[in-house]
Amino acid sequence: MQQLRLCGSGGQGVITAAIILAEAAIMENKESVQSQSYGPEARGGASKAEVIISEQFIYHPKVVKPDVVLALTQQAADRYSSDLCGNGILIIDEDLVPESPIHPSIVKVPLTRLAVEELGKDLFTNIVALGLLVKVTGVVSFETIQKAVAKRVPKATIEKNMKALQIGYDSIK
Amino acid sequence: MSEARLMQGNEACAEGAMAAGVNFFGGYPITPSTEIAEIMAKELPALGGTFIQMEDEIAGIAVVLGAALGGRKALTATSGPGFSLKQELIGYGCIAEIPIVIANVQRLGPATGQPTSPAQGDVMQARWGTHGDHPMIALSPWNVRESFDVAVMAVNYAERFRTPVIILLDEVVGHMREKVVLPKAEDIEIYPRRKPSCTREEGYKPYTPMADLVPNPADFGTGHHIHVTGLVHDETGFPTGSAQVTEDTIKRLHEKISRVQEQITHYDEFFMEDAEYAVLAYGGTARTAYAAVELARKQGIKVGMVRLMTIWPFADKIVKKVAKKVKKILVPEMNYGQLVLEVERAAAGQATVISLPKYNTEIFTPQEISTAIEELAAEVVK
Repeated sequence: MQQLRLCGSGGQGVITAAIILAEAAIMENKESVQSQSYGPEARGGASKAEVIISEQFIYHPKVVKPDVVLALTQQAADRYSSDLCGNGILIIDEDLVPESPIHPSIVKVPLTRLAVEELGKDLFTNIVALGLLVKVTGVVSFETIQKAVAKRVPKATIEKNMKALQIGYDSIK
Repeated sequence: MSEARLMQGNEACAEGAMAAGVNFFGGYPITPSTEIAEIMAKELPALGGTFIQMEDEIAGIAVVLGAALGGRKALTATSGPGFSLKQELIGYGCIAEIPIVIANVQRLGPATGQPTSPAQGDVMQARWGTHGDHPMIALSPWNVRESFDVAVMAVNYAERFRTPVIILLDEVVGHMREKVVLPKAEDIEIYPRRKPSCTREEGYKPYTPMADLVPNPADFGTGHHIHVTGLVHDETGFPTGSAQVTEDTIKRLHEKISRVQEQITHYDEFFMEDAEYAVLAYGGTARTAYAAVELARKQGIKVGMVRLMTIWPFADKIVKKVAKKVKKILVPEMNYGQLVLEVERAAAGQATVISLPKYNTEIFTPQEISTAIEELAAEVVK
């Protein structure tokens, strides 16, 4: 079982990214549960999305101890990464999380900056992050996440989203 | 079988209602139920149905009652504060015997409470929220596929018994997404709208009970006269002050449901064969309870689980049977302790009933419930 948490602030698209990841897992015939929590605000409040991927039916629907936490803001990194497994991985946007929490395994990538510089909009940050998440975890194949993104995003944006995935995937060796 | 896909509980509820023939939605959006209205708004017009957003939750259920009387299969969806507002007209649906379905996706209350947080605090309100003596059917799904099935069942029960039926979802199941495979349309049984069995000349009266104690009043606009009132009425549908008619009506409203109680009591049992202890849970909490029971079993504790889908009418017989078998029953719920009172009543001292309440915006963890199981198993039974 893989437990993943994606967090940031409302509007950064972490819930959408989590949904796409869960859909990708289903495309690979796995079981998957996705959930989220957020405040009453539409934008700006802390936003947390979780995905559990397993070969068996998943009963408890929330992450108990995450294997991976992806944090796109300092607040999210501070609030939602402390229960990471000892051998888990913390992935952070290195510009937006200047004070990285202490953890043995941290992947730092300027996700938002990459989206803005390479694609012209921070709107693609969540998809860049998905590409990186798949590279780091291998929880689904790159081909499957490509399919899942293409299925979910508006047709006119597929090309840019594919590029965003690739940028995220190639952002680390 | 259709294709596996990722689906949200609220979405499955909306899809299930439409699969059961719902072609009218009236309501007012409120978190965490809004997706149901959203999907209905998107899909119903294309199916020739009607979506209407009213000025508030009261009007939302009023228009649903009217649509049902006009022959539509009708649904409204809401949460906490909206559910409170709808209570008076739920009672109207009970006495005027109007088939409607109310989906209440529970959030933490009272009042505005915690709008985006899960709770199961409306269990007693679902039963007793509207005043006066009345029966109630309330069904609580524990996964996304079952949200679909429960919606189908709720529409069918509303039609079959001509009574309001409540889908008691919670934020956990309503908002989570998981893999589902929905049944094919041809495999879904649909209970059709009841029709008058004879003409006026042959003695048709709208509220004459049939053999199953349910009347067959005509839909508006089908050529029959019908008068609908929230007052106690006789078979003609017109008000009466008769003590006898009043007594017979209240009794019949109850008995049309109680006579089929076993048929409409849906539940699961897990690991009960050799169980010395049991966990009784429902809705989203039951998922965590299952994980906790598995953990406790690994510790060697002989614990089983009963999962109720039918919350009302309460599964007295099931709980009685379980209470005879086990020493203790643990009831975790996301409230201050509600359904546990019914479990205690039905157990009638045959087993010790222990409440495990939680009401802090967070759902249980498997560890919390398994620790409670370990504790109750460790205590010496007096």
